[in-house]
Amino acid sequence: MSSPTGRRVARGVLAFVVLGGLLAACSSDAPDRGAAHAAAGPTDAELRDQGGADGTTLNQGATAFAQGMEALDSQGRRDFAVGNSFFNQNWVMAPSSTVARDGLGPIFNAQSCSSCHFEDGRGQPPADDDDPERGLLIRLSVLDDDGDPQPHPVYGNQFQDRSIRKVPAEGSVQIDVTEEPGTYPDGTEYSLGAPTYTLVTPEGKEITGIVVSPRVAPAMMGVGLLENLPASVIEAQADPDDADGDGVSGRPHMTTDEDGKEVLGRFGWKAAVPSIRKQTTEAFANDVGITSEEHPDQPCTDAQAECLAAPTGEEDGEPEINRDKVDKIEFYSRTLAVPARRDVGTPDTTAGQKAFAAIGCTSCHTAELKTGSDSEIPALNDQVIRPYTDLLLHDMGPGLADDRPDGDASGSEWRTPPLWGIGLVETVNGHTRFLHDGRARSIEEAILWHGGEADGAKERFEDLPAKERKQILTFLESL
Amino acid sequence: MTKHRILRQVAAASAVTALAVGLVGCGSSDSGSDSGKQETTTTAAAKESALSPEQAEAAATTYADLVFASYSDTVAATKQLQSDIAAFVADPTDETLQTAKDSWLAARDAYGPTEVYRFSDGPIDNPDDGPEGQINAWPMDEAYVDYVEDDPEAGIINDTAGVPEITRDVIVEANEEGGETNISTGWHAIEFLLWGQDLSEDGPGERPVTDYTTAPNAERRAQYLTEVTDLLVEDLEGVTEQWDPEGGEYRTEFLADPDQAVTDILRGMGALSAGELAGERIAVALDTKEQEDEHSCFSDNTLADVINNATGIQRAYTAEYEGVDGTSLSDVVEEVDPELNQDLLEQLEANVALAESLEEFGTFEEIIRSDDDSEGRKKMNELVENLQAQGDAIAALGAALGYEVSLEI
Repeated sequence: MSSPTGRRVARGVLAFVVLGGLLAACSSDAPDRGAAHAAAGPTDAELRDQGGADGTTLNQGATAFAQGMEALDSQGRRDFAVGNSFFNQNWVMAPSSTVARDGLGPIFNAQSCSSCHFEDGRGQPPADDDDPERGLLIRLSVLDDDGDPQPHPVYGNQFQDRSIRKVPAEGSVQIDVTEEPGTYPDGTEYSLGAPTYTLVTPEGKEITGIVVSPRVAPAMMGVGLLENLPASVIEAQADPDDADGDGVSGRPHMTTDEDGKEVLGRFGWKAAVPSIRKQTTEAFANDVGITSEEHPDQPCTDAQAECLAAPTGEEDGEPEINRDKVDKIEFYSRTLAVPARRDVGTPDTTAGQKAFAAIGCTSCHTAELKTGSDSEIPALNDQVIRPYTDLLLHDMGPGLADDRPDGDASGSEWRTPPLWGIGLVETVNGHTRFLHDGRARSIEEAILWHGGEADGAKERFEDLPAKERKQILTFLESL
Repeated sequence: MTKHRILRQVAAASAVTALAVGLVGCGSSDSGSDSGKQETTTTAAAKESALSPEQAEAAATTYADLVFASYSDTVAATKQLQSDIAAFVADPTDETLQTAKDSWLAARDAYGPTEVYRFSDGPIDNPDDGPEGQINAWPMDEAYVDYVEDDPEAGIINDTAGVPEITRDVIVEANEEGGETNISTGWHAIEFLLWGQDLSEDGPGERPVTDYTTAPNAERRAQYLTEVTDLLVEDLEGVTEQWDPEGGEYRTEFLADPDQAVTDILRGMGALSAGELAGERIAVALDTKEQEDEHSCFSDNTLADVINNATGIQRAYTAEYEGVDGTSLSDVVEEVDPELNQDLLEQLEANVALAESLEEFGTFEEIIRSDDDSEGRKKMNELVENLQAQGDAIAALGAALGYEVSLEI
């Protein structure tokens, strides 16, 4: 936290920065990214329909994240229903009478997609040791001599804290939270809860020599629209060397697809995954222990004999989830509509929206993007969407760093998460836990955790009068 | 599940739109007889609701009477179930078990047609305390509640260490805890505890009566069954009270805004038809061919559920029900647009008939498992498409009357 003197200095330059930000905001909130209204700015209807004209639902209740896009045809509605069913239903251990849904584990984090993405929404860290699975999992690695992450010889890349009978789970996660008090320049006090994670074996022994990356399940809606953004649209926002000198230097996370071709990563907290299909099959393999054509191996390492010996749900050479079911879950995920914004155009949300841009939040949380034209699902094409993300990697500073590199992303880089729907998380999921591990207990805390490239925007937020800070929060809650 | 607030917003928004369009319409009529613009004017007039306030109020009142009457009958049937389950638990025999099963089936027949009252933030499923998820959630992961084949120690009932005492609170808290298929309460929990897993190809589950006498945790199972049944009765009573013509709180609220009420009626019909019934309850099972994906899989009662839902959709529109008199929604639509009314009436009737006709092809389970080109599957696919089309028609009828009807579930 800065000293009082430091604060005064910061405030001395604030007027200039805000003015600059305001000027920039005019161009950044009405960008030239293929949107139709470079001069006029978005209309209220456009601000409301965050998922575009065809990808937005007016539902603002407990199922606001679980709605299919309205434009689906008869077959589309059926496929959506089937995908939804497989997203929701628990997998059970093999062998069972439920042939289509067996093969859980042998080790796993969750029994179904929906146990972490409840109602297609956000997970949260457990409240205490007895709290059931809510959607936080731990990736882990050991660093080799070059500092590169390698799978742990016993636990692999992910810590599975649950297991089927007769197979030991990998252990449990202990979370200790230290309160870190802080003060706004106006004297308002706050406190951030800084978590540390200890992995413990079933025998109660601490696992050492590892780097861990705790991650909560993000909300699902709108991922089809994000997938259909042309790579060029995302890459055009990059400024890896900070050529414009604004302190923000987003860069795309380039990765490779199954054919070894270089592709843009978009999904996951570090944008390491290029497609919904890959994200889906990886989550099935690692989180639920369900094999697919893409991931035919059980989540066991060579050191886990009971895991390797356990019965599987594979039959007649078919993986535990077949291609047709993956197709339907992929379709379902792609066609989940984005909830409409509430309270568009009220004095507070309008002021908050302006201030959000003015202090530089939209440098990364890009307000408006336009999807491509090539999806086989018409509702995803040519949509002007307002996801409030650039899908780029940003260095978020040491406070948020997990110190575990992932693909090309460093231990302190994170993908800008979309903000659409953020104000409905409480309605849908009954909590307001944000950031990659759910450490923030409110949207305000999430802002205050920002560091690194976002330091400037965070400080400008802190420097705002309380009323304007509140307006920004009111705006975010309306998304 | 629930969208009261949005619907009101949408209604407000379309009123504004209607006003704006209306103004444009006025302007255009001054500038000559451009037929396209005149059409706009006509649409704008319709948008303000084709029904008079009196018509909307009459339809809403009759519907509210129907809701109360049909819920009251459901409560009566469920109390019979409660008393038969009490008798079964006190003296578990094949006969008392069969009596309890028969009353479960009878109570389901009463409940099924009431599902059309969902989807509008009414007492059954409002987001604050609507008990729908506690009453009728499915599909169950059976092993969450009790033993299953290959896993004799599964479930809350056999978890004597983790759940030392089976109480109402334990059962309520467990519902949907940690996953959407972790269902611990409601119709299907009772169904599972009466019938057991359906492991046969051609009949319902065959839970032995010894599960309630000599089997491990028999008393805990009986306690569980008693608690969930009592809970179901209480939940249904709570919903019914809200619609009571003598001081029902929700009834008063519902009738205070007749246009919203008509929107809600149509929304329940459309969303159940195109979304819940066509999609979740039939299309998924047709696709997976898995009996776990059928609504009442333990008792093989799914086809009756389908017919009851379709009947409920029809009934919400016609209000034809014993003890209910008055002007139905169908009656008032007939007054403003007879053709529209007749078309929908025909569709509703045809879909009930189509659903009933499926019975000649066997149980729901037998039909979904039959060959892809079997007559039964073809008919069931046809029913899915027709129910989707029916939902679209209900939304279109709403639009023609000036109501925006969402089919989301």
